[in-house]
Amino acid sequence: MGALALLVEIGTEEIPDWMIRPAVENFRDLVTGMLGEQKLGGTTRFADATPRRIALIIDEVLARQADSEQLVMGPPKAAAFKDGKPTAAAVGFARKNSVDVGQLRIEATPKGEYVAALRKVEGCAAKDILAVELPELILKIYFPKTMYWTGKNGPRFIRPIRWLVAVLGEEVIPFELAGVHSGNKTMGHRGMGSGCFPVHAGNYEQQLAANGVLVSSTRRRERILSGINVHIKSDDALLDTLVYLTEYPTPILGSFDPGYLTLPEEVLITVMRHHQKYFSVLDAGGKLAPHFLAVMNIAGDPEGMVRRGNERVLSARFNDARFFWEFDQPKKLADRVPDLAHVTFQARLGSYLDKTNRMVALVKELGGNADAERAALLSKCDLATEMVKEFTELEGVVGGLYASAQGEPEAVAKAIYDHYKPAGMEDAIPSTAEGRIVALADKIDTLRGCFAIGMIPSGSKDPFALRRAAQGIVKILVEGGIQFPLAKVAAGDAALSEFLVDRVRYYFRDVRGYAYDEVNAVLTAGCDDLPDVAERLAALQAVRPTEHFEPLAASFKRIKNILRQADFYEGGAVNEALLEGGPERELHDGFRHVRDTIQSLAYQAALEEIARIRPRVDLFFDKVLVNAPDEKVRRNRLTLLANLLTEFSSIADFSEIVASSSGDAHI
Amino acid sequence: MDTFQETIFKLKQYWSDRGCIIQEPYDVEVGAGTMCPETFLRVLGPRPYRVAYVQPSRRPADGRYGENPNRLYKHQQLQVILKPSPADIVDQYLGSLEAIGIELSKHDLKFEEDNWESPTLGAWGIGWQVMMDGLEITQFTYFQQCGGVDLELVPAELTYGIERLVAFLQNKSSVFDIDWTREVKYREVRHAEELQQSVYNFELADIPTLWQLFELHEKECRRLMDAYKSYPEKSRFPVLAAYDQVLKCSNLFNLLDSRGAISVTERVGVIGRVRKLAVGVAGLWIEQNASTGEEAA
Repeated sequence: MGALALLVEIGTEEIPDWMIRPAVENFRDLVTGMLGEQKLGGTTRFADATPRRIALIIDEVLARQADSEQLVMGPPKAAAFKDGKPTAAAVGFARKNSVDVGQLRIEATPKGEYVAALRKVEGCAAKDILAVELPELILKIYFPKTMYWTGKNGPRFIRPIRWLVAVLGEEVIPFELAGVHSGNKTMGHRGMGSGCFPVHAGNYEQQLAANGVLVSSTRRRERILSGINVHIKSDDALLDTLVYLTEYPTPILGSFDPGYLTLPEEVLITVMRHHQKYFSVLDAGGKLAPHFLAVMNIAGDPEGMVRRGNERVLSARFNDARFFWEFDQPKKLADRVPDLAHVTFQARLGSYLDKTNRMVALVKELGGNADAERAALLSKCDLATEMVKEFTELEGVVGGLYASAQGEPEAVAKAIYDHYKPAGMEDAIPSTAEGRIVALADKIDTLRGCFAIGMIPSGSKDPFALRRAAQGIVKILVEGGIQFPLAKVAAGDAALSEFLVDRVRYYFRDVRGYAYDEVNAVLTAGCDDLPDVAERLAALQAVRPTEHFEPLAASFKRIKNILRQADFYEGGAVNEALLEGGPERELHDGFRHVRDTIQSLAYQAALEEIARIRPRVDLFFDKVLVNAPDEKVRRNRLTLLANLLTEFSSIADFSEIVASSSGDAHI
Repeated sequence: MDTFQETIFKLKQYWSDRGCIIQEPYDVEVGAGTMCPETFLRVLGPRPYRVAYVQPSRRPADGRYGENPNRLYKHQQLQVILKPSPADIVDQYLGSLEAIGIELSKHDLKFEEDNWESPTLGAWGIGWQVMMDGLEITQFTYFQQCGGVDLELVPAELTYGIERLVAFLQNKSSVFDIDWTREVKYREVRHAEELQQSVYNFELADIPTLWQLFELHEKECRRLMDAYKSYPEKSRFPVLAAYDQVLKCSNLFNLLDSRGAISVTERVGVIGRVRKLAVGVAGLWIEQNASTGEEAA
């Protein structure tokens, strides 16, 4: 039985760059999954795409499924054979399954003995299976937004499908989808290809390369990188975009009038990056140079037409930016505060002026200085400028730049500039104390307001980006070392409080990489003061691998269970007179010693000290019966354990720790 | 090198050769060629249609007193509708670029995702901005919905921004330097209009009057929509006149907006009012055409 190479190519109109990679992976998984289910084998050699094609080459696909045998259950033995001779039921059953009556077998089942037949199932040709499966799988590829194009109720895909290549070995797998018939012909590059031409799995990449298409995204990436011979501001996201926006990428260097360098770098970079998809070019000193690097979807620009075109467009864009900058300057930020009354923050939460006033009050509550207050007052004024209306992604940044240009103190300007930070968990927090306070005030106000009117994120719905705001708060509090209680952030809102603790958990686990049980242990012992939480976590993580720690944690869990079973939650003083000499007395003395010692110790040293009590705890459980017959002795022992648990759980609740040996603590 | 008007002639000829009716501009102010009945209403319903026209489009907020080299209060859109869209629509489109002198092999062409949506028209589509050497030269959209209705046949809409395209072809850094003819520059034809309309839009337009006009047109549109139900001979009913009222409202909304008279809070509400009219008229148009279609059969 032969094994063949399968080539599938979905030819489309241009797919949005950011959807391509996930679609390729999805399609590959769909097809290999189907081949597996159909027992057709297959090893993926190639799964890649350009904006106009998603391609898959799978080697070692069986031309035909192996024949198989299937056990088919028939009538009960009693009905199939009378006096050892087959009845009509047996004959009919045998005929139906194309076996002789003599080949029927008896199978014992829980319900009794039954007649059965081993039926031969002939394997299907891969070509026939693929002709049915491929069109279905193509339409199953997930895209975030789809369209129809052949008419209402027609098939949906990301963009119209214009051709389909489906070749197994030398043969076309025939099917039809959205009016397109599969074949062996593909299309080249829109400008550099020569119409349509046949391909198969063996020559696919080469034939396309000869027609101006690099199907391999890796090769496109390499071609871009190897064509860059200037120092650019590196930008992986932009590089990715350009790889998936082109079929044959070629970088070219262009220039702009150095006079534009007087505009803020942030504005120039935004225009180049977000509006034109250019890389910024840096000079030897790391400063912006009057050049840009564009990536064309064509092999070259011998006459310089593409370069000149791009230069003209960029110059017009910069000209616009200069126009906005100059237009905005006569009216200072401070004079724009009243204008904020006309800019709605949220219908039920009032205007940005209302928000600004709340932010100023919050800055005071957070202990911000006069500069922080001033920054809060001016922080939203750039929303009323032409520059931000045009370049919305520069909100905050423009305010900071304008404040600086208009003579506000540098601390004020910097705080305004930074107050949307961190933009994500990768982003840094604001670099100044004032910036951190203003950023906190902004985010706290948004969270409190939205929660108060019931705009609480659920599932993927989070239109006000409240998760990001809450994560920003956590990150700033921890990394800025700000001891503002979480309870005060939530201001009595239980749902918000829970939401914040969730974000704290997320931050320490997913961003900082702590194990889930460590985070649970520390948060159970208190989660209001985040810098303190961070310290306790670091200490716990450091002590965890030491000899005594995990066994002690297990003992604490035991203590907790004992107390719960005894329904004993009282504290109080231990009656020393009732203590038995030996392990009980030793545990009590050890406990008091450790308790007194750790008062003056840092968390890690304190935890190490606590861990040292483990042998005494073990010995106690070994030798002493907690459930003593004498009620007074019993209660005294429970009190001792309760005190031990309470006193030593203020850094972390050890009973939350999951022993490493009994399971993976990093799940 | 072709002049502004020669480029327009060539595009019109190109699309005429591909079965398009060449229409003249609509005579009510619009913000985009899409809003003309030739697009907005014709894309509805089951009848194939092909049309192309140049539509002067007013965007009051984009006015810059004729001082900015690339921004205009009013620009010319060449609008092409092919309903249903043919399978080789992209090739036909590329052919139109060659027809106006662009050698595709020498230029960088990219189709960048840009889905179009008009909340005031209850319309949206999937498509791209077509970028040539870094310049957006065409908006290419497959309509999916119009007037809140899923379309039966999917039309392709091509919108060429003529000024931008011709400035590119003529290698001009300001649209005002475009050669409209060999003797006359774009500036001579249009600069005064840019300046005066900007002064009106930003400085002199009387806000209470604009609101009053908005409400009058809205009321007239509603009155007509209400009258349709009891009107005996449906094919005579002026659905098209009702649609003109929608366009008036839309333009007045844009004027009020550029005048800074609409707060962000109000904005959503006013867009909703226009949308309600647009959706209502679209519904009447579909109904009217379905019933007259039956009469004819």
